[in-house]
Amino acid sequence: MSHTLLAAAIVIAQILLLVAMGCSIVRMARGPRAQDRVLALDALYVNAMILLLTIGIRTGSLLYVEAGMIIALLGFAGTFALAKFLMRGEVIE
Amino acid sequence: MSHLDALPPWAAILVTVLMLLGASLACIGSAGLLRLKDFYQRVHAPTLGTTLGTYCMLAASITCFSVLHGRPIFNEILIGVFLTLTAPITLMLLVRTALHRDREAGSDYVPKSPHKP
Repeated sequence: MSHTLLAAAIVIAQILLLVAMGCSIVRMARGPRAQDRVLALDALYVNAMILLLTIGIRTGSLLYVEAGMIIALLGFAGTFALAKFLMRGEVIE
Repeated sequence: MSHLDALPPWAAILVTVLMLLGASLACIGSAGLLRLKDFYQRVHAPTLGTTLGTYCMLAASITCFSVLHGRPIFNEILIGVFLTLTAPITLMLLVRTALHRDREAGSDYVPKSPHKP
């Protein structure tokens, strides 16, 4: 009983996260200014990392947790570089 | 779904609740990103998923893997610590960037810089 519930919850959570990623992508495509697009990219990678954790629980593999950690690291670097670029016009001064 | 059958019922229900909570919070945050009107309002919405949504999902993952492997597994804590450190930095940098760009554009919506006459 509880395992059927868990299997259904994994599918529902994945669908919810896909909807969240879709919202971010729509905002990235529509965003009136550049900072809106950077913010949407930030939300997109966090949602992708949560989705990866869900896949990890589904398959029972700890490798997905490491992959999520790498996404978090590189996503932060990307957002930081883009924000610096918008502020100064160049990434490394 | 063979490995998940090894979970005892209490762990399965705990993982279910935490996972649904985390995914719902992330979805609400991204919906706010889509629906709110202005950049300075929008910048607050996704932090719901970044903080509480991620924590719930990490707790679900820790519970699941610790019970499955029969020993405590805390790899996920690193993600939580890293996101806790970087989320405010990202947000502050983005808002300062937006403020700078709005001032450069001469917008009346943002307050003037206190350092310039």
